[in-house]
Amino acid sequence: MAYDLIVIGGGPAGYVGAIRAAQLGKKVACVEKDRVGGTCLNWGCIPTKSLLRNAELFHLMKLRADECGFSFDNLRYDWSKIIKRSRDVADKNAAGIEYLFRKNKVDYLRGEASLESAGVVSVKAAGDKTQKLEAKNILLATGVVSRPLPEFPFNNKTVIGSREAMVLEKQPASIVIIGAGAIGVEFAYFFNAFGTKVTLIEMMSAILPLEDTEVSLALEKAFAKQGIKVLTGTKVVKTATGKEGVKISVEGKTTETLEAETCLVAIGVQPLLPGGISLQLTPRGFIQTTDRYQTSVAGVFAAGDIIGPPLLAHVASYEAIQAVEGMFTDHAPKRINVFPSCTYCQPQVASVGLAERAAKERGLKFRVGKFPFSASGKARAVGEVEGFVKILFGEPHREVLGAHIIGAEATEMIAELGLAISLEATEEEIEATVHAHPTLSEAVHEATGQAFGSAIHI
Amino acid sequence: MASYIEMPKLSDTMTEGTVVKWRKALGDKIEIGDVIAEVETDKAVMELEAFDEGTLGEIYVGESAKAKIGEKLAVLVAEGETAPPKSHAATMPQKASAAAAGTVSSPKVPAQSAPVSGTRIKASPLAKKIATASGLDLSSLKGSGPGGRIIARDLEPVGHAPVPPIAPPAPAEASRRIPLSGMRKIIADRLLASKTQIPHFYLNIEVDAGELLRLRAQINEQLEKAGRGKVTINDFILKAAVDAAVKVPRVNASFATDAVVEYTDVHLSVAVALDEGLVTPVIRQAQKKSLREISEAVKDLATRARSKKLKPEEYQGGTITVSNLGSYGIESFSAVINPPQAVILAVGAIVKKPVVNARDEIVPAHRLAIGLSADHRVVDGAIGAQYLAELRRLIENPLSMLI
Repeated sequence: MAYDLIVIGGGPAGYVGAIRAAQLGKKVACVEKDRVGGTCLNWGCIPTKSLLRNAELFHLMKLRADECGFSFDNLRYDWSKIIKRSRDVADKNAAGIEYLFRKNKVDYLRGEASLESAGVVSVKAAGDKTQKLEAKNILLATGVVSRPLPEFPFNNKTVIGSREAMVLEKQPASIVIIGAGAIGVEFAYFFNAFGTKVTLIEMMSAILPLEDTEVSLALEKAFAKQGIKVLTGTKVVKTATGKEGVKISVEGKTTETLEAETCLVAIGVQPLLPGGISLQLTPRGFIQTTDRYQTSVAGVFAAGDIIGPPLLAHVASYEAIQAVEGMFTDHAPKRINVFPSCTYCQPQVASVGLAERAAKERGLKFRVGKFPFSASGKARAVGEVEGFVKILFGEPHREVLGAHIIGAEATEMIAELGLAISLEATEEEIEATVHAHPTLSEAVHEATGQAFGSAIHI
Repeated sequence: MASYIEMPKLSDTMTEGTVVKWRKALGDKIEIGDVIAEVETDKAVMELEAFDEGTLGEIYVGESAKAKIGEKLAVLVAEGETAPPKSHAATMPQKASAAAAGTVSSPKVPAQSAPVSGTRIKASPLAKKIATASGLDLSSLKGSGPGGRIIARDLEPVGHAPVPPIAPPAPAEASRRIPLSGMRKIIADRLLASKTQIPHFYLNIEVDAGELLRLRAQINEQLEKAGRGKVTINDFILKAAVDAAVKVPRVNASFATDAVVEYTDVHLSVAVALDEGLVTPVIRQAQKKSLREISEAVKDLATRARSKKLKPEEYQGGTITVSNLGSYGIESFSAVINPPQAVILAVGAIVKKPVVNARDEIVPAHRLAIGLSADHRVVDGAIGAQYLAELRRLIENPLSMLI
């Protein structure tokens, strides 16, 4: 019996694609070797948000209790409970997806899938039992794994990746984090909030190098204030592991050798290709796909991280839905072009559209509107005055080209600006939209006004 | 002087039409050829063009309202002239309209004029701004955004979107969109299927039509004396096509996936040009008909085809087709097979030209070019050649067709 679709991988691309195909009345199987939900749900987005919430609460109590009139004789935390809460959250979410599979009649197969040929997938389950399945269409959504630093392999103890970092049995006294992308930055905030001595190393000239430079610099300042040692423009030249920890020699503004109990390597990821027949790859080793998400083999499609950046869960889900609808309906699949990026340290960072430097590189004419939370009544009331909203408007039509927010709740506020870009809204529409008072979102309205000289509070 | 825009007769069967949309508003200047409204007939929505110029002075029939053919829809006035009320304008007799004029009036479009009448145009704020700045008319564009919304890339490329526009802006006023009639759609579907699915091949011959012309002149002289209708060259060719098909039955056939079906009867399809397309009425069992019977049948069918009075069974079920463009001055051509038939004959004009005769002399002769398009799944080259050879024999010895 042949399936209409076999999905390999149960992450945000795989499980979403499988459910969408089932909703279209197709017979679908989803093969996952670890646990449904993928990295996002089990080892990424979701469990880290749980950890960061704990960090944020603890940090708040530590730093602002006095200001708010609280006092503690003995503020303590239980590390194992912090980790356990994060795992419980992941477990509950994974169970939710298994329920969705049953509800939508998706066959969920545990095992390691291999692409035998177009139309044939073999699944090796626990106990080496292998079965061959036939499918008219196959969707590869195998994702990525952490990439090690050359000559500094992961050892699950002193040299770890993000997956190990979120289940450390014991809180490290010190940690060096190599790579200041979203993962490195979030763990830097997390460990530092609980008092681990954190050094964050970034080869590029700013942390969160994909974000607007002004935002990166503001975050770097905030991190420095929190006590994180940030080394930008710095290269790791030598590494060594010992019994007590790691020794990492760096070169940058200063040349030094850092010693720490643990090193988190967060320099990026590498594709996790399925076994079986070879497919055409991109120069960076991801699976090459067409605009319809078709691979070099007819009937075999791919979506999510495995087809390359942007490596984001919401992008993966979007791609999988596009791919599946392209397979089974007359929908012409689209490629994503506007998507938000969010980093959940405190202050949070969120953006959508072009960074200022990208707008300049493209030679666009634009105007910048900016509003600091220090001028916002709500931000003052809740004591979150760090950060700002920055919006780029095109000239002469004043459409939103990009938006960048750093501050509390930035990740919740970015949706409005994503909608603005999708709808091709201009300054006028944002200006004409009444924003509730008092909210942090008023800063979006005021930043818009500031660009064109109509802001009231600045 | 006021000039009235009346509901035109846009199809044979139309008795009344509905004004779907006024494209112009009161006070708009109208040039000859401007599309002023969209009118829905029983068949399609068509554009109503102005045959006169002036200012749109009054609209008598509002959007969604029906009007009989000839009924006044609107009036164009000269500058400064006031629009007459509709009842004063009865150049076409209208039942009871004069009596009712005082109390009943047709629905009118509200007097205020909007730059774009009626429906809302779905466009993004950015698209609207670009359109305003560059003077583009959004109503002429097709949107590629969600729900057909016009977005920036549907207009000219803007600075930050160096993406080629998916739907290039339509050149203003330069083209006319003619909705497909049912006939045009059938022609499009069937001939596309034919040309893409049938492996066509083509054979051509030139025959001497001298004898045919002489015989026809003799026959017509006698028919004239008897007060009866003349026979045409085409009648002879049709008769020859039928008689030859009886001799070479393989051409009177169809491809049927797992078999070739040869038909006993020759149902002859004859291509007849109409203003809006063409039809191929069928002379049934043409192999049983004399030249005169074929001649009468084709006259009757062609006349009724032009007045759209054919019944479906009269243009369906043909087994072989003849298309003659000779009367249009075409000397030779190739035709597209009329599926599910296997062959079609393309007949040109009789042309007087020098030929070398059997005695090696160059002499003037009346020559007729005939092309055969054949479905190679049914007919091979040699069969096609046999059929054309038989056709040549009959046309060059036309007397044999009268016996």
